[in-house]
Amino acid sequence: MTSITDPPQGSSFRLSMLINDTRYRSYTFQAIAFIVLALAIGYLINNLFTNLAAQGLDIDFSFLGAPAGYDINQRLIEYTSQSTNLQAAIVGVLNTLLVSFLACVTATVFGVLAGVLRLSNNWLVRKLMAIYVEIFRNIPVLIWVLIIFTIMIAVLPGPREFRGDDASASMFLGISAFTNRGVYIPLPFFERGFGGGMDLLMVIAVLVGSFFGARAVTARATRIQEATGDRPATLLTNLAIWFGPLIAVFVIFGLSFEIPELKGFNFAGGIKVGGPLIAIWFALSIYTGAFIAENVRAGIQAVSKGQTEAAGALGIRPRRIMSLVVLPQALRVIIPPLISNYLNITKNSSLAILVGYADVTATLGGITLNQTGRAIECILLLMLFYLTISLLISAVINVYNNAIKLKER
Amino acid sequence: MTDRSVAFVRTETLPELPPPPNAAGPTKWIKDNLFATPANSVLTVLAILAIYLILSGALPWMLNGIWTSPSLAVCREILDGTTGACFAVLTERWNQLLFGFQYPTDLYWRPGLAFTLLFFAAAPVLFFDLPRKLLIFTALYPFIAYWLIWGGSIFGPLLALVSIAAGVVFYQKFVTQSFALGFFGGVVTFFVVLTIGGYIIPDTEITEGAMRSVPSRDLGGFMLNMMLGVTCVSLSLPIGIALALGRQSSMPIIKYVCVIFIEFVRGVPLITLLFVANVMLGYFFPPGSGVDLFLRVVIMITMFSAAYIAEVIRGGLAALPKGQYEAGDSLGLDYAQSMRLIILPQALKISIPGIVNVSVGLFKDTTLVSVISMFDLVGMIRGPILASIEWQGVYWELFGFAALLFFVTCYGISQYSQWLERRLATDHR
Repeated sequence: MTSITDPPQGSSFRLSMLINDTRYRSYTFQAIAFIVLALAIGYLINNLFTNLAAQGLDIDFSFLGAPAGYDINQRLIEYTSQSTNLQAAIVGVLNTLLVSFLACVTATVFGVLAGVLRLSNNWLVRKLMAIYVEIFRNIPVLIWVLIIFTIMIAVLPGPREFRGDDASASMFLGISAFTNRGVYIPLPFFERGFGGGMDLLMVIAVLVGSFFGARAVTARATRIQEATGDRPATLLTNLAIWFGPLIAVFVIFGLSFEIPELKGFNFAGGIKVGGPLIAIWFALSIYTGAFIAENVRAGIQAVSKGQTEAAGALGIRPRRIMSLVVLPQALRVIIPPLISNYLNITKNSSLAILVGYADVTATLGGITLNQTGRAIECILLLMLFYLTISLLISAVINVYNNAIKLKER
Repeated sequence: MTDRSVAFVRTETLPELPPPPNAAGPTKWIKDNLFATPANSVLTVLAILAIYLILSGALPWMLNGIWTSPSLAVCREILDGTTGACFAVLTERWNQLLFGFQYPTDLYWRPGLAFTLLFFAAAPVLFFDLPRKLLIFTALYPFIAYWLIWGGSIFGPLLALVSIAAGVVFYQKFVTQSFALGFFGGVVTFFVVLTIGGYIIPDTEITEGAMRSVPSRDLGGFMLNMMLGVTCVSLSLPIGIALALGRQSSMPIIKYVCVIFIEFVRGVPLITLLFVANVMLGYFFPPGSGVDLFLRVVIMITMFSAAYIAEVIRGGLAALPKGQYEAGDSLGLDYAQSMRLIILPQALKISIPGIVNVSVGLFKDTTLVSVISMFDLVGMIRGPILASIEWQGVYWELFGFAALLFFVTCYGISQYSQWLERRLATDHR
């Protein structure tokens, strides 16, 4: 038996069916759309090459191998003005990643703090946090970057004000100096160590070991709890596992700090964190922190009160209600927008160009572009970099969303 | 009947006593809201301390402000060592902050009038209780504003208006037959009238009664932010809707073109798109067309916000129950009809908060044009004003003013959106 929507058998294909028959119409539309699009792109590219030819330009990426010829103050890898443009771009990429990472961490801290405090019982704190969120969300991040950069260069004292007996500025706690040329903080190092990189790797290895050790202890506690119903206390054991090996390493290799001190016209020693880095880092943190605060608040409020009450009725203690019932459900709401806020931080870090922090927009899209005049190549590479990062982050969001999706069985 | 074994039985109810003083009124409120627990009390003290620190720093500075002075040096002389702001920079450079430093001084009334008219044009869109007739003015507004701000011959905007009107008339006439016929026919009519008109109107560079022409590069100040924000948001709405529908389409070519466009634009920072507008986009136009920077920036920002608005609207489309789509089909409506009459009105309503968020974000992002050396509000402050001899070093007053302007605008828009959301809520919760 055939249903009445079946086409009459044996009828031949007619040209008018391309318009009138829903089975073929979409092919017609797509063909038209494709042709129009191809024509439009062809037209634009034709324009591009005509214009380039008229100005005697071409598209050529060989400038990447040529010496860059400019210095970069803030750098994580070896770089001199004789290095190539490609190396300058890589320095910029690393700087972008550095400031994005730092800003993500601090923005999360600010955001979670403000988001939780916005739900506090304390009226004053609640209102203060609401004001913080509204003020920072409604003023462009560009203005925040400029304001904080101005504080860095115009309000903080210069190194010479630390000099002499009647110095108008003094070091913070005697170990850090906040100057208009940057912030100097103590540099930790090992007196009997193997040298910079190895020491860092060793500390990281110890921390990773502690992490797995602590996880094993927690897993054992859960096993015992499931077998007997009593959960052994793990707090002290975990603290010992986390800090014991670390302190042992510090003592064995002799941890000490290099305190920055005034030498000549500037401070020397310690770690110098440049003013531009701090400006862009702090501005992105407080700005994005306000957005994260709203996510956190929405996430906690999304967990219905019945969940808390049900857990209470089961006799779970308030602290464990938070960690076992409310937080796992709230995180499901909080984390996807949180990750997309991290993506925004990475993209907004391109504002670093305003304050002279050498991120990839400032090196590849700024100085290199201006010196070589290779606008199209530089901008394409720049976009490719940001596109890669954001596609990676979207992939992470998708993986996470699939992992936490409510499993319906 | 009385039971004598009980010594005393109260036979009437006692009058209600007021609660004890510390369990009512302000005392109770303070106890509950500020000092409920020790940790809470610590927070309160810290908060009061923070407020005190901020106010004690800012209030004397603000209240002691100098409003008239020709330069910072004179300002400091008047203050004579005391703390105080030098707001004189705002009064002295008021026009520059609003209109940029190149807009002809005697023509400030034109953008001013355009700005005032913007409220009348926006009102019927924002508040739909107003009579619908006012929308006619809204439709005319872009042409009036264009003519007021750029000046030049009135025939240009007039021709555009007539062409668009012809296109709309054609669309209205034929949309009942077929949406595609009405829409594409309307577009064709628009171009036909525009071309014919272009031939009819002679070269009217200098005509009687024409207003003085102002080139785009002379625009600046907060006016530039407003113009970019309003233009780009209104242009990106229809494009965003089209992109969102395209992304939901069942036709793979159209779908993937939309997906690639949206993901590409959302994946790169706005600054790189502005770089494209500044140094790259010009190459894509026909040789010798000389599209000016303002238009190129408008194109790129519109693309940028269209991609974000498309994602918001896609969320709205996805949130509609499948029954709505099926209802459209079962009524025998074709795709265009069911979208126009059933799906989009509901989906757009759901998307309003998201669209407003994107618009506020976009309006804030218009400050980025200062990076490609356009003199918007921030560009004016960083460039001509802070670089001038008189006002070098007046940071806080200027940045504070810019922050205040943006805060008032953006906060106002978000409050409006919340009001609208309550207003449009038709479900019962």
